Amino acid sequence: MNGKVTEWHVDTNPPIQLLAQEPKQVESQAYWILVWKRLSKNITAMGGLVILLLFIGGVVFASYIAPYPIDQMKFEDRLLAPSATHLLGTDDFGRDIFSRILHGGQISLMMGLISVTLATVVGITLGVIAGFYRKLDMFIMQVMDILMSFPALLLAIVIIAVLGAGLTNAMIAVAIAAIPSYVRVVRSAVLSIREKEYIEAVQALGIRDYKIISRHIIPNILSPIIVMTTLLFGESILSAAALSFLGLGAQPPAPEWGAMVFVGRTFLSQAWWMSLFPGLAIMLVVLAFNMLGDGLRDALDPKQN
Amino acid sequence: MSEWLLEVEDLKTYFSSQKSFFGHNSGSIKAVDGVSFQLKKGETLGIVGESGCGKSTTGRSILRLIKPTSGSIKFEGVEVTGLSQGELRKLRKRMQLVFQDPYASLNPRMSVYSILEEALSVRNQNTNRMERREQVLELLQLVGLNPNQADKYPHEFSGGQRQRIGIARALAVQPSLIIADEPVSALDVSIQAQILNLLKDLQESLDLTFIFISHDLSVIRHFSDRIAVMYLGGIVEISRKDQLFSKPYHPYSQALMSAVLKLDPTKKSERIILHGDVPNPSNPPRGCTFHPRCSHCMEICKTERPKAIEVEPGHFVSCYLYKQP
Repeated sequence: MNGKVTEWHVDTNPPIQLLAQEPKQVESQAYWILVWKRLSKNITAMGGLVILLLFIGGVVFASYIAPYPIDQMKFEDRLLAPSATHLLGTDDFGRDIFSRILHGGQISLMMGLISVTLATVVGITLGVIAGFYRKLDMFIMQVMDILMSFPALLLAIVIIAVLGAGLTNAMIAVAIAAIPSYVRVVRSAVLSIREKEYIEAVQALGIRDYKIISRHIIPNILSPIIVMTTLLFGESILSAAALSFLGLGAQPPAPEWGAMVFVGRTFLSQAWWMSLFPGLAIMLVVLAFNMLGDGLRDALDPKQN
Repeated sequence: MSEWLLEVEDLKTYFSSQKSFFGHNSGSIKAVDGVSFQLKKGETLGIVGESGCGKSTTGRSILRLIKPTSGSIKFEGVEVTGLSQGELRKLRKRMQLVFQDPYASLNPRMSVYSILEEALSVRNQNTNRMERREQVLELLQLVGLNPNQADKYPHEFSGGQRQRIGIARALAVQPSLIIADEPVSALDVSIQAQILNLLKDLQESLDLTFIFISHDLSVIRHFSDRIAVMYLGGIVEISRKDQLFSKPYHPYSQALMSAVLKLDPTKKSERIILHGDVPNPSNPPRGCTFHPRCSHCMEICKTERPKAIEVEPGHFVSCYLYKQP
């Protein structure tokens, strides 16, 4: 039995490939193209994306698009209803609400961006540590569980109570409130990847841990991270607006959406547009992020591959 | 230096199944329970046994991918069990693992080129990119793959090709011992033969030593020089291949061999059917672990664990049926 088994065809060209209906020509760089194709078929996700792009475009180029300066007050124009001259009406100082929403979006989106970035960096780091080094797992997860036992907004308020009100502190508070759910998602993704044989293989090769994490683990948990980040973006903008509404974030002269809703609240019976339109802006952006996030989750789901 | 490349002495690997609140183990699964064997350079040892008998755990304990609970593993005369992480890293260039599932053992996000390049970087850090590229292409040729396919990703290859990539990765660090953990059981039969032949060729050209883990007796028989039969965490019989297949001693090996299909259908041989299940390794039977299923069970088997006896030169059996000659 020491002899060789006869080879009856060459492995490099197995006949099985001939049977497949479509030869698989997909390159892995094309993986993201594949995801994009799947995403672009999802009408809801594309709707979300379009809304987001419109908002981001409008907000970024606010100084060109906005018909009025944000702080131009005209006493005779105060509390005007939406019309051709003032698209979304004016507020109690006669400032154009449409212009203020565009400019305010800079603050809102920036708050979302910074707090999500902060939460992502800290969340991934802690999640990877908890998932990869099981000895620290218990400690990290118990701290996260404690943080999670507070409602996110309440936690943010507590943090602001400690740090003091203001835009920066609001962003930090929103980020901290978002970290626990991040850590959980990343940790569970790491746990499922670290048991894979290819991780064992590189461990057997003697590759150092930081390389295993950066080259083998992180690239394989990108999908849940992307979904999580998108959904958190919406959530953070909402929390930031809520904090501003409560007077703990951006302060009223600033055209932040939450703060604008707060100011308009006192004029609700005379000028419903003062609160409604900033509120709608918040709702639309958050909704768009959620729609996109759900679509991304479907597009990135490996079960569909 | 002894004549052995690898000496394993009374290796035990337990997994704690439950940890009580105060940290002491309230129960443990004895995955590997007192395994001993030696391995010469250039030799192939086949480890055969049913699933859950500790074959893979033995392999991974030797590589220290799982920390053994106790026992001694000497590789090239150096004790492996007490090594620090840094020393272990050096050692791992000498021993490598080939995996069972070629679909799970390659990172789907890395091209074949970067998978192999990473493995090569462990061996020598100081080579420049051109040299590396050369080496990667050489490796691919060595395992019978087209070097033009280096920039493709694992999902673009067939199972057999992926297994070749896995083998190339293991060879990249120029090991002297390769532990092949069921390297062909996930492959089609036609591809199995090719991979086995590839491993054989590589063994001859690169002077490799193999530990070949499998549950497939015909594969083991084709590939190994010596065979160890494992049952419930222990080796019950170890001998040269021809001895074991012509005359198995241990009742478990006899049952195992009787299950092999015979080439001559007219030659009737009695098929030994084992009754009962493999006992739970967290609570193995006292005495000989095989005694609840053994047809030759004696009183002593129920109380005391048999020691390995050399029934013929180089043929060891752990069973009370046999006396030291």
